[in-house]
Amino acid sequence: MTADKKYIKSFCIIQNNQVWLNGEVVFETEPTVFSDFSKKTYQFLEMNYPKFFKMDNLSKLAFLGSELLLKTESNSLEENSTALVFANKSSSLDTDVKYQNSISDPENYYPSPAVFVYTLPNICLGEISIRHQLKSENSFFIFANYNPVFMEKYSNILLETEKADKVLCGWVEYYNEDYKAFLYLVDREGELEHNQEILKKLYNK
Amino acid sequence: MIKEVYITETNCITPIGFDVASNIKNIRNAVSGIQLHDKPKLFNAPFYASIINDSDLDLAFAKVTSTENYSRLEKMMILALEPIIKKSKVLFNERTVFILSTTKGNVTALETENVGSAYLNQLAKTIAVFFGFKTEPIVVSNACVSGILAVSVAKRLIQAELYDNAFIVAGDEVSNFIVSGFNSFQAMSDLPCKPYSINRNGVTLGEATAAVLVSSNKEKAKIKIAGDSSINDANHISGPSRTGEGLYRSIQKALAEAKINANQIDYISAHGTATPFNDEMEAIALNRLGLENVPVNSLKGFYGHTLGASGLLETVISIQSALENKLFVSLGFDEIGVSQPITIIQKNEDATIQYFLKTASGFGGCNTAVVFEKVN
Repeated sequence: MTADKKYIKSFCIIQNNQVWLNGEVVFETEPTVFSDFSKKTYQFLEMNYPKFFKMDNLSKLAFLGSELLLKTESNSLEENSTALVFANKSSSLDTDVKYQNSISDPENYYPSPAVFVYTLPNICLGEISIRHQLKSENSFFIFANYNPVFMEKYSNILLETEKADKVLCGWVEYYNEDYKAFLYLVDREGELEHNQEILKKLYNK
Repeated sequence: MIKEVYITETNCITPIGFDVASNIKNIRNAVSGIQLHDKPKLFNAPFYASIINDSDLDLAFAKVTSTENYSRLEKMMILALEPIIKKSKVLFNERTVFILSTTKGNVTALETENVGSAYLNQLAKTIAVFFGFKTEPIVVSNACVSGILAVSVAKRLIQAELYDNAFIVAGDEVSNFIVSGFNSFQAMSDLPCKPYSINRNGVTLGEATAAVLVSSNKEKAKIKIAGDSSINDANHISGPSRTGEGLYRSIQKALAEAKINANQIDYISAHGTATPFNDEMEAIALNRLGLENVPVNSLKGFYGHTLGASGLLETVISIQSALENKLFVSLGFDEIGVSQPITIIQKNEDATIQYFLKTASGFGGCNTAVVFEKVN
C-alpha cells in the first residue's frame, strides 16, 4: 500500500433550498418542499434525464449532488473507476414509511414495485452508476451521525489498494422533508487535503 | 507485505438449525427450511418461505438471557453472535469492530408506527450494547450483497490495520413488507424455489442470521479471505445486466487479488435466487470467465432468499463445505434452465476444495465476489 496524500478535488452541499459547490452558493430557491426544490435544481443543471422524476427523494438528492461533481469528470467512453462510498442515518426510511402506508390498510392495499425498489439505500448508488457509467466499487453504510473518520479511512483504503482511481463520497440524509447532502470527490491530485478535520469543517459550513 | 486476513469463527441461526453442525446435518440429508405458510399477518394468501419457529427462538433465547424486549431479529442476531464471542475470547477494545449487515432490519416496527425502532443504527446499537462493544458499529446496507460485502469491508479494515478483529452479524426477517414487495414485483415462486432450473419461476423468501469473526490472527483460522471486489453493473436498478458485466468484473478482480487463475477455483457458492434473469445472468458471467465446469450450487433451496443475511449465511456453509471437502447438492435443481452451461451440483459428493468463490448480486446493480483459500 502507498499512503500518499489524498486530496478533495471538489465538494458540494445541498440543504435548506440551497446548492453549494466548492464553498459558493450556485443555486437557491425560496423556501419550498423538496419535490419542488429538487425539480428546480434539476432544471438549473440543464439535465435531460427523465428517469430523474421516477426516483425517490433520497436518490434525487444523491443524484443531484453527484451530477454537480461528476458533470465535468466522467466521460462515458472512458473506463472509469470512480468508487462510490455513501452513508446516512435514515437509510431509505422515508420511502419505507411510504411503502408501509401502501400495505397497512387491507381496504386500501396498493403495493407498488416502483416504490418498493427504492426501499434500499444503495439504489441511489445504482442511479449514479447508470448515469455516469461507473462500473466501479460501491457500498452504502449507515451510522448514527455523519462519520468523517470512517469515510476518510475507507476511501483511502480503496485508493491505496488500487480498487479505485477516485472516490466519490457522500453523506446523503433524507427523512420527511429534512435533508442534507454533502458529497466530495477524493483524488490523488488537488489542493485541498483529504483529512477528517477538513471533512468536518466542510460539512458544517 | 499486505496483511493476511482470516475467518476464525462461524455460526448461524436458521429454520434448519441454531448452529453450524445442525445446519450441515440437515443439508447433508436434503432437509430444507422452506415450507408452506398460512400466516395472514405476513401475507394474505398461503406462501412458501423459510421461517424460524417463534417458540424455538424464544426457548433458545431464554438460555442466553432473561432480558426481554428484544425484537425477533435482535434475538436471532444475539443468538448468532453469542457463542462465537464467548468462544473467541477476543478483547472488546478499540481494535475490535462490530459490523452489522441487513437490508431491512427492524422494518416491522413500522407496522406499529414505531419509526424510531426501524433505524438501522438503532438496531446496531442495541446489539452492540448487549455485548459491550467499545467501538462504533458499522452498518452495511447494500441490498442482497450486504452479507458478503460485510466480509469484504472487514477484511479491508483489518488489512489497513485499523482493527485486528471484526465481528460480523448479518440478518433479515420475513415480514409483510418484504413479502408484499417481492410479490408486487411478481418475483415470488409459487413452489419452493428451483435455482437454475428450467422450471424456476422466482424467489422463495427466507429469514436467518449468520455471524463470523474476521481476524488477522491465524491461530484459529478456518479460511483465508484471499481476494474481493464489488462492482456495479451501471445498467438497471431492479434487474441484473444481461451480460453479467458487474459480476464478471467483480470475480475477475477478486481472482486477481487472490493471485489465482479461474481454473484454480474448486467450488462456487453462487447467488442463485431462481428468478429467470438472475440465474441467467450468473450463467453468462461464469461462462465469460471460463468457470462453467466448476461445481456450483445455490443454497436458496435450503434457506430461501434471506436477503442481507444470505451472503454471510452461504459463506458460513461454504466454509464448512471446504473444511469437510464436501460439495452439497443445489436443492431444487432438476433440468438446466439457463442458456449457458454451468456445472450444478446434483448430489452431495466428495471433492478437494482448496479455493472457493462466493458471489452475490442485488438490486441497485450491485455485485460482490470473494475468493476464499483453505489454510494449510
